Amino acid sequence: MTEYSTINSRAPKIDAPDKSTGKAKFINDLNMENQLYGALLQSPLAHAKILRIDTSRAEALPGVKAVITAADAGNIKYGVSPARYDETLFCIDKVRYIGDEIAAVAAVDLETAEKAASLIDVEYEELPALLSIEDATREGAPLIHDEYPRNICADVHQEFGNVEAALAECDVIRTDTFTSKMQNCAFIEPQGCIADYDHRGYLTLYTSTQVPHYTQRTVAMVLNMPVGKVRVMKPYVGGGFGAKASASAMEMAACLLSKKSGKPVKMNFIREQVFLHSRSRHKFIHTMTTGVKKDGTIVALKHHCTLEGGAYSSFGIATIYYAGSLLGGPYKLQHMKYDAQRIYTNKPACGAQRGHGGVIARAAWEQQLDAIAEELGMDPIELRLKNMMNNGDTSCNELYMSSFGMRECIEAVRNQSGWQKKKDALPRGKGVGMACGFFVSGSGFPIYRSETFHCTASVKLTEDGGVAHLFTASADIGQGSDTTFAMITAEALGIPLHAVKVSSGDTDFGVDLGAYSSRQTLMTGFAVKQAAEDAKRKVIEVIADELRISEKEIDVKNGKIVFKNAGIDISGIRSKYRKEHRGWHSLPKGNQLSFIEAARIAFLERGTIIGQGEYRPRFLGGTYKGAAVGTSPAYGCSAQVVELSVDMETGKITIDRMTDAHDCGFAINKTSVEGQMQGSLLMGVGEALFEEVKFDNKGRILNPNFSEYKIPTALDMPNITPVIVESNEPYGPYGAKEVGEGAIMPTIPAILNALYDATGIRFTELPLTPERVYKAIKQKILETESGNSEK
Amino acid sequence: MKKLISVTVNEKRYELAVDSNMTLVDMLREELKLTGTKKGCELGECGACTVLMDGKPVSSCLLLAIEADNREIVTIEGLETEKGLHPIQQAFVEKGAIQCGFCTPGMILSAKALLENNPNPDEHEIRKAISGNLCRCTGYQKIVEAIQSVSSDK
Repeated sequence: MTEYSTINSRAPKIDAPDKSTGKAKFINDLNMENQLYGALLQSPLAHAKILRIDTSRAEALPGVKAVITAADAGNIKYGVSPARYDETLFCIDKVRYIGDEIAAVAAVDLETAEKAASLIDVEYEELPALLSIEDATREGAPLIHDEYPRNICADVHQEFGNVEAALAECDVIRTDTFTSKMQNCAFIEPQGCIADYDHRGYLTLYTSTQVPHYTQRTVAMVLNMPVGKVRVMKPYVGGGFGAKASASAMEMAACLLSKKSGKPVKMNFIREQVFLHSRSRHKFIHTMTTGVKKDGTIVALKHHCTLEGGAYSSFGIATIYYAGSLLGGPYKLQHMKYDAQRIYTNKPACGAQRGHGGVIARAAWEQQLDAIAEELGMDPIELRLKNMMNNGDTSCNELYMSSFGMRECIEAVRNQSGWQKKKDALPRGKGVGMACGFFVSGSGFPIYRSETFHCTASVKLTEDGGVAHLFTASADIGQGSDTTFAMITAEALGIPLHAVKVSSGDTDFGVDLGAYSSRQTLMTGFAVKQAAEDAKRKVIEVIADELRISEKEIDVKNGKIVFKNAGIDISGIRSKYRKEHRGWHSLPKGNQLSFIEAARIAFLERGTIIGQGEYRPRFLGGTYKGAAVGTSPAYGCSAQVVELSVDMETGKITIDRMTDAHDCGFAINKTSVEGQMQGSLLMGVGEALFEEVKFDNKGRILNPNFSEYKIPTALDMPNITPVIVESNEPYGPYGAKEVGEGAIMPTIPAILNALYDATGIRFTELPLTPERVYKAIKQKILETESGNSEK
Repeated sequence: MKKLISVTVNEKRYELAVDSNMTLVDMLREELKLTGTKKGCELGECGACTVLMDGKPVSSCLLLAIEADNREIVTIEGLETEKGLHPIQQAFVEKGAIQCGFCTPGMILSAKALLENNPNPDEHEIRKAISGNLCRCTGYQKIVEAIQSVSSDK
């Protein structure tokens, strides 16, 4: 086994001390001289024509510096995928959900800005609000977007193999329908931004984003500016989970207000606006027919999905594909048919949320597989082991498993959870369940069609030789990527972690597609490693020249230059270094040359030493329509066992214990990997048990706050036993791949399967609120009693 | 209308003229520039704005600045000393209890209030003490472990 100095450890996060003291600045902690405050006017109606907008009263209010509407913003359409650009910065002729942005105001203070926004008169002609899939797809329903007949935003049909023929050969065929509800990412930091348009026409946008690069492009496109004149920088970001992975109307409104007023403009969402902006998990309705052989071989899956998308596409075109393609793994499945539709409704737009597109599909299928195992009289773990893909396998939809520790994950959770003792052995009201997960390790393609590198990185050695400064446009949103990349830089250069400085999250530092699709560790990490190795090579070249030896004889370890052969005379280099530092204390001593000395000499010889790296995936296969969503340079996988108790009198579920194993390829930072696993499980528990964005019959959100939209507290979460599986991914830096999203995949189905074990009831609708669980228990008791009395 | 208040924040005494409708969190962030106290919901639900008032954890978004008149407030900026990070801060750093860090200031102050009243809390007592501080990143486990490590060190 390779010995590492820095990686594969539990190094504390480099930003944690500043975050622990309040020193770390988040977007709302930043202020600029002479800044104005912005406020949005958002639609109070779910669906209406705009007949007239009159801003005169707002403009007349003292303290107001700029008022903008579609008349200023124009009609350039934007969105996430160019295939579905269906938004304009401000509504032009109609509003499509409560919260749709109509206008924005900048004023000397927030109170004035909000007051002015409320003084804008809008005359509406109300249209029928389509608040469900049924409403929106009903014959003759009005169109939310004229371009999309029957309110179908996207329509997907894929077939791999021959499902009908394969089903005809199966011994057990089972069909189930499963429904979830609209979610909210519910990060604790509401979105905010400050836009600053300067006198030379350069725009800087400071914003709480996951994707500086995409935001830069969208802002430039919508504001009709050269991309190079737009700089997007993120300060510390308080979580994202998907909803901060695209440019928002607030960000672009702030930019336009700054351009118009000539002043920096600060804007922030309040919690209610976080819910209105949404861009979180869709509501999914999955119907799955799975066919298996008597021996447990999974043969075919016929899958239909309807997604309720809300008023705009956002990430939806990717979501709909992921909801199908991610079932291509982790089992050997030869026949898969997927038909799906994403439907527009007059609700906030849904988008991406941790486990993008795949979470509910996984929940539905893993519960169904459990039911099938029961029909076959097989242990559900045996069923899964029997069908597991292995290293080197390719799925029916052309996903290639370059590394795959699925078996190790399953065996780990089986052993560490005490599965064999507990399965079918727990008393009524207590249950144990398991499930597996599967996820991409970075989207194989950028969101816009391009040959672009997915990331570039540079490592600049400071001219004194003492610090390696990594520049990357990647986004640390709390997951710890800055620390991961600092560790990779230190390891690759052979220097201690404290000598690495990280500057990130800024489009001036290069291209990086950002924090989404669990891509940064593998992709950015690859570019960072390459950049650090490049810098190291340049230093070694100079030292080799100086000493007249071969570069191959020189390496760097723990901040020291090490030579293959003994007896190398370093005194010449050392005296050169010492001459420059007369009067200095703590100069390098001993008989080993330090990297600091070497890097200084390299600067004297060649000027500033900058190492460069970049990453672009190899060709990943898949030429069918939609292949771009799901193909990834590598795949993460996971298994989980959940134990829970159900109060049979109230329906309340308590999660007692969770054992989770995840194959992350290789853990650059073990603590961070566990943190991603534990955080993923929390989101899964919330979705399974409590979370649902609720609406009234006008399309108003009933629970845009944390007292009514419940996310798990410390009392709702059990302790989790995290098991890190390392399968050594050949395409990842040091063998690393994803952990950020894949870990959520097994949580909901493991809970569902444990709930069945506890109650004997298969639940097909989320969330598993006490009310829903209690009603089902009651119903089952009634059925049993009437069954008994009939006998 | 402004009202004059006298408030001690992090052992420093301030005489401030504040609007009578200004919240304590806004006073801390805007008047005193102590932005370590975060605003996550402004409804007293998330706990990100937690500060200690006379030693007790309170949601500073639900209190008016004038209610802090003659009181003693401790914010996250008040914990570090010339000797370095407070042991709870140090434990949060070392145990991986911090991901995005937005809930961290409030979480640490809730932990401090707990440990001052109960130096050796059990796991349930810790979870209960921080149950008003929402965290969406960590799953709470490493936070609980961090607090436990400080209590057993004592």
